[in-house]
Parts: sequence; structure tokens; C-alpha cells
Amino acid sequence: MVRISSVFVLFLLVIFSAHSIAAEVNVYSARKEALIKPILDDFSKETGIKVNLITGGADALISRIQSEGQFSPADVLISTDVGRLVRAKQLGITQVNADDFVVENVPAYLRDEEQHWTALTLRARPIMYAKDRVNPESLSTMQALTDEKWKNRICIRSSNNIYNQSMISGMIQTQGEAKTLAWAKGLVANFARTPKGGDRDQIKAVVAGECDIAIANTYYLAGMLNDEDEATRKTAQQVAVFWPDQETIGAHVNISGVSVAKHAKNLDAAKALIRFMLTDEAQVWYAETNHEYPVKEGIKWSQTLQDMGTFKAQDVSLSKVGETNAKALMLMDSAGWR
Amino acid sequence: MIKTALKGSAFTLYSVLAGLFLGLPIFVIFASFLFWDAAIWQHLSSTVLPRYISNSATLAFGVGFGATLIGTYLAWLIVNYDFYGRRLIQWLVLLPLAMPAYIIAYTYTGLLDFAGPLQTLVRDTFALGSQDYWFPEIRSLTGAIVLMSLVLYPYVYILARTAFSEQSQKYREVSELAGVSPLKHFLKVALPLARPAIMTGAALAMMEALADFGTVEYFGVSTFTTGIYRTWFGLGDINAASQLSGFLCLFVFILIMIEKLSRRDSQNYSSRQGKSAQAKKVRGMQSAFLFLLCSLPVTFGFIVPFVQLAIWTFSFSDISSLEDYPEYAMNSAMLAGIGCVVVVTMALLFSYAKRLQPSKTVSGFIQFVSLGYAMPGTVIAIGVLVPLGWLDIKLNMFTNAYFDVQPGLVLSGTIFALIFAYAIRFMSVALNNTEAGIQRIKPSMDEASKVLGDSSIQRLFRIHIPLLKASLLSAALLVFVDILKELPATLVLRPFNFNTLAVKAFELASDERLIDAALPSITIVLVGILPVILLTKTLDGIERKYA
Repeated sequence: MVRISSVFVLFLLVIFSAHSIAAEVNVYSARKEALIKPILDDFSKETGIKVNLITGGADALISRIQSEGQFSPADVLISTDVGRLVRAKQLGITQVNADDFVVENVPAYLRDEEQHWTALTLRARPIMYAKDRVNPESLSTMQALTDEKWKNRICIRSSNNIYNQSMISGMIQTQGEAKTLAWAKGLVANFARTPKGGDRDQIKAVVAGECDIAIANTYYLAGMLNDEDEATRKTAQQVAVFWPDQETIGAHVNISGVSVAKHAKNLDAAKALIRFMLTDEAQVWYAETNHEYPVKEGIKWSQTLQDMGTFKAQDVSLSKVGETNAKALMLMDSAGWR
Repeated sequence: MIKTALKGSAFTLYSVLAGLFLGLPIFVIFASFLFWDAAIWQHLSSTVLPRYISNSATLAFGVGFGATLIGTYLAWLIVNYDFYGRRLIQWLVLLPLAMPAYIIAYTYTGLLDFAGPLQTLVRDTFALGSQDYWFPEIRSLTGAIVLMSLVLYPYVYILARTAFSEQSQKYREVSELAGVSPLKHFLKVALPLARPAIMTGAALAMMEALADFGTVEYFGVSTFTTGIYRTWFGLGDINAASQLSGFLCLFVFILIMIEKLSRRDSQNYSSRQGKSAQAKKVRGMQSAFLFLLCSLPVTFGFIVPFVQLAIWTFSFSDISSLEDYPEYAMNSAMLAGIGCVVVVTMALLFSYAKRLQPSKTVSGFIQFVSLGYAMPGTVIAIGVLVPLGWLDIKLNMFTNAYFDVQPGLVLSGTIFALIFAYAIRFMSVALNNTEAGIQRIKPSMDEASKVLGDSSIQRLFRIHIPLLKASLLSAALLVFVDILKELPATLVLRPFNFNTLAVKAFELASDERLIDAALPSITIVLVGILPVILLTKTLDGIERKYA
């Protein structure tokens, strides 16, 4: 009886086990499928390596890798924010990827000091204003947004949003906690409405006249400017980008990036995939299709990004930005930023 | 005698074992209370917690009230009055079930927002500036309550309708003889009799509202759910997030208790003696008025958003993306199909075990596994990941030791994990239906079959299942549609390269590509409509059989 049942168990295990001989790589991606699959398909075409994909929230994927432990099929973790990459590293589910190709192609401030993660693309979070109501001369720094003159004129999304958390986290690095808290309180006092919706909603609210300036990521505006829907394009054309703090620290930037999972079984394929994402053609694709800034020097930006203008970016340590994420959120809680 | 007791206890044993297994994720959540971090709680309670509590409570009670109001009046009018267009309304009235709350939220925002067509029209027509007029803000707590009531009233409607139609015609005749007005009869006789069923429906709608994340997040309303996400993702504190979920569970526990207490003092069994309620013919103006009144909820809860989605789909969708849709639809339908069979079977087992042995242990377990319904999907997913990951690792150790094989992950990241999550998440929906149904079966039925020497298994198949047909079907349908709409847990637990309609819709919508999300959204609605139609037909048939 025992023998029969153990043979049966073995049989089941063979049936269910997800092993295969062909070269493949398992990708856990917090980037949406539409924004990553074309690149993965190109990679498969070029190398013959099959890519298995699962997408979801970064934290959920990180938890999944953790609970799967040493048997986790994950080879590569892709995230849309530096905070999550730092967290994955802190939880010990990533490994060093000492690939020379990465070091040569990605500037040092866009990589982990110990090479656990690297950026793939860059996005900025500048001020956007209504062309017909706001004189760009009246804008200067992020700090100046707490001025009395902006009362009931600012739109920005909720503090639940990771981009805002990273922005405040970056400010903690440059200004210190006390000053950042005072700034956040001042900004909340100038909100035109309780934060709601996503970045596109903030831009739409500016155009509709509910507020005069918004803080949003560049690729949302770029996406609207290239939308199939004419009304959306028209809406976006009424908004312009202002790059704050250009004389001093520069505009806040964030990254989407990638790590190799600690228990990766397909190590070579994983590294090959990361290399592929840093090739010129992949970087150009990101810039053209998603309107994100390439991390590699010398890659041509999309026309829309060029029209938004060049800018000076903050060179705050992204690792630190990731590490103070929780502090940033508590600070926003205290400032009454919903 | 001894034999029956043993049979009973076997059932009890099975249900307790199944309950234990199902309860694992909830144990995981509650285990988080062992790691109490005072600093985090100090921060939460001094800043955001009061708002979470008040918003969540307002939302839950608001939706409970709204869904009860709509569901009850619809059920009463449709059961008791034969007005022009009643057949059509009966078909339409359940359709909002197929409309996920976060999708109706997206569509109405597109319609009613400041930049949307309606307000733009108002501004252009009257040449008004942005600050010159008042317009209700849809993205608010009130807006969330209204929209959720519009898609959740079917929970109340289904249960209330079954309860009203089982009420004997005699009651009404007596009322009429005594000269009691129809309204007074409704308030004094019909409503109290149907109250347990209505309360159950209301409790379901409230739990669904409590667990909702998509809508409140989009509307910028801070509730427990958004707080859980925020604490976990933002603060990176999965423990405090689990503890928040634990508190949410307590809130639900209180709800369930209130609902149970309301049932306690009303033990009434449906009697099939005499006719069930008969619909009264109405004509002319009265009929038109009733038609209008009954078509309102479905108009706003289904037709308007559906048309808007259809317009978006046809004007902007990329037809080339259609080729993947059969696969997504198949995946969604397969999960929902397997899930609803598993969940309803288990719910029936639990309810029957409780009937055979109404012990505290069994009732306790049933209540325990009901808690999953109010937990946000992501939290359930974590609760599922932990024990399954552990089991997988142990399994690998075992096979490694005995057969020198390491199969890797057998349970995690498979369909099994998904079904497990659905079972814990939606058990409550099925249980409420089976419980309500089984309570309406007279104990004398069981006595009679015992006397005739039926075993408890025979009794289940000969008596209970046939009598529970309507309840089981409602349960299956609700669970099917719920699984179809479920998002957070599916997202985290699904296997590689596996997409469902909800996942596609959400990915596009959360990327603020609302219009692109219209196609998968409308597909969810269309797949969800099929079982709704099936249920309507069956309920109709069952009612007519007893008419």
C-alpha cells in the first residue's frame, strides 16, 4: 500500500513539475505586460531563449519570491521604482550581477553600489502648468510651491503613490526631514482638491481649470500627447513642462530597473536578458514607445521628449531614496497628505 | 441510533478538517499579532487610523443601506406585481452583478468628471467658468457608496426575492380581509418574515464594500483597504498590514454576529402548503410607473456604463489585440467554473454538517472561514503563499530524501493556489446562500427520512439537494461572477504566462489607459452575463413550479 501510494505521489510530481530542458528564463515583472512584452519577444527571437512572464504589483511579487524560497522559479525581477529594488535587496532575494556590460553602459548613480540592481529607464517628475493661465516666470523651485500665491491651485495624486513617496524620499536626502515636513505641509495647504486619480487625471484637471499646476511623471504627458484620441492629444497640448531647481539640485528622477533573483536557476539566460535590455535597440524602443528616458548615453530621445526639453537631474543616491521610503510615507501622513 | 451519530460525526470531522485547511491563510494573518510593533501603531493611530475607521464604517453601512433599499423594493415589486415589461425587467435586474465595481467607477468618472462630457456641456451651454457652479463630485465617499450600491444590490435582491416568493399567498389574503393596506402589509408582515434573508444579503454587500480596493483607491477615499496596501507597500511593514487586516476581520465578525442574532429570533420554515405569493395584475399608469421604478437601478448600474464601455471599445480599440481574447476568456471562465464547483460543494458540506450536528465547534469553524470575504484579495494571497510555500519546501525535502527527486514548486504558482485563494475569499458568499436555504427546510423532513432509514448521505441527496436547488444555484452564480471579477489575488498567485480578463482590464486601467481597458472590461461583463441569464431562468422555473 505504502509503495503503491508513493509511486503514485512520484507520478503526480513528475506530471506537475515545471521542469523542461529547453533554455528559458522566468521573469517576475512589476512592469505591465504591454510595456515589456515586445522587448521580451525580441529577445526570444534573437536568442531562442523562451521567456516566461508573470506581472503584478512589485511587493506582491517580492512576497511571492520570498515564500517560494529556494525553489522559486524566479530568475529576474523587474520593478518600476527604485524603492522596490532596494527592498528586494534588503530582503535578500536578489544577487550580485557583476556583468561588465552593465557597468559599461549604465552610469554609476543609476546602479546599486553592490551591483544587485541596475536601472533600465529613467523618468522625471517635473511641474506641469496650464499654458494659458500660468507664466513660467512665476515658477522656480519645488520649495517655492508652498508660496501663498499657489493657494488652491496645485494638483497632485495621493501619498499612496510610489512616485510621490520616492519624490519626498529624495527631498529628505537633499533638504533633511524637518524642512521636508514643513514643505509637505505647505504644499497640502495649497492643494486645489483632495488627491484623487492618477497622473493623467492631474493633467486633465489642470486643463479643465480645477487647478493651475500639477506634478506628474513625464511619460504620462508624453503618452497623452501621442494618444489615438484627438481630444486627449488636444488636452495635453494645453499643458507645458517646467523643470524645477535647475540652478541648484536638479529635478527629481526615478527609474525602472531589474535584479537577478537569488535562487535563479537560469543564471546565464537572466544575465543575457538584462544585457539585451541595455542594448541600443532596446533602449531606443523604450524611448520611442514608452517615452521614458534611456539610461544609456547617446541614445536618441523620442520627439515628444525632446520637445519637453533637456534638464538637470538630481544625483541623489537612489539606494538611499529606496531606504527612506517608509520615513517619507510617515512624513506625508503627518503632513495630512492623503 | 449509534450509527447515525457516527455518520454525523464523520461529517463534522470532515468539515472541521476542511475548515482548518481553508483557515490556514486566516491563521497566517492573525499570527501577525505575535509581532506587535508599538511605534508603527503609535504613528498610525495618531495620523491616519481614525480616518480609516470612519471611512470604512461609513462606506460599509452606506452600501449596506443602499443595496438593501434597492434590492428589497425590486424584489417586492417584481414578486408581487405583474406589470407591463416585468419579464424583461426580471432578466435585466441581475446584470449589474457582472459589472465589477472598479470598472463602473472608471466609467462614471469618465462620464461625470470635471473634464468629462457632461460637465463640459454644462459649462459650454451656460458659458460658465470652472468655479461658477456646483456639480456633485463622483470621486468621493458618497460617490463610492452610490456606485457600489448600484452593483451590489443583486446580493440582497436574490435572497429577498426567494424569501418573498416563498411567502404563502395566505398571508396576503388575510391582510386584505383585515383591510390592511399593501404598504402596511409589506412593512408589518412580509418584511419581518423576509428579514433574515435580507440581512444576509446586506451583510454580503457590506463585506464586499469593505474588501474593495480598486474603487476607493481610484476615488481617493482612505479606507482600511487602502491603508493595508499603504502600510504594506509604502511602509514595507507586512506585519502591521496583516494586523490591520485582522482588525478588519474583527469588524466583519461583529457584522456576522449581528446578522446571526437577527436570525436567531425568527425561526420560520418555508411551508409549501398552499400557494406561494401570486403576482397581482396592474395596468395603465400604475404599470408604467412600476416599470420605470424597477428599471432605474439596472439603467444606472448596468446599461449606462455598458454603453459607455461599448462606445470606447468600438471607437478606440485595436482590433489586432482581439486574437488573444478567446484565451483570456477561457482562462477566466475555467477558473470561475472550477472555483464555483469547489466552493459551493464545500459550502454545502459545511452547512449540512452543521445541520447534522449543530455543535459550537462546527458553527465556529463556519464563521471562521466566512471571514475571508472581507479581506482584501492581496492579503488573502499572502495568507495563501506562506503555507503553500512551506508545504512545497517540505514536500521537496521528503521526495529528496526518499526518491532523490526535487520537483520544485508543486502547489505555489499553480491553479491550485488560485482555487485555494478563491475558496477562502468567497466561501462566505456560498455559505450564506446554503445556510439560508437549509434553515428554511423543516426539521420534520429530516425526521421523516430518518424514520424511513435513510443514511445521512442519502438524505442529503434525496431531500436537501433537491430542496436547495435555488440556493445552490444562486451560490454558484455569485461565486462564479465574483471569481471572474477578482483581481488582486489572481494577479499575485497566477502561473506564468497566464492572463485573465480582469488582469488585462486592470493592467490597462491602472496604467491610466482607461479607454484601452474598455475591451477587456466589456468582455468580463459579457462572460458574466451568461450565468446571470441562466440563473434568472432557473429561479423563474423554480418559482413557477411552486406557484
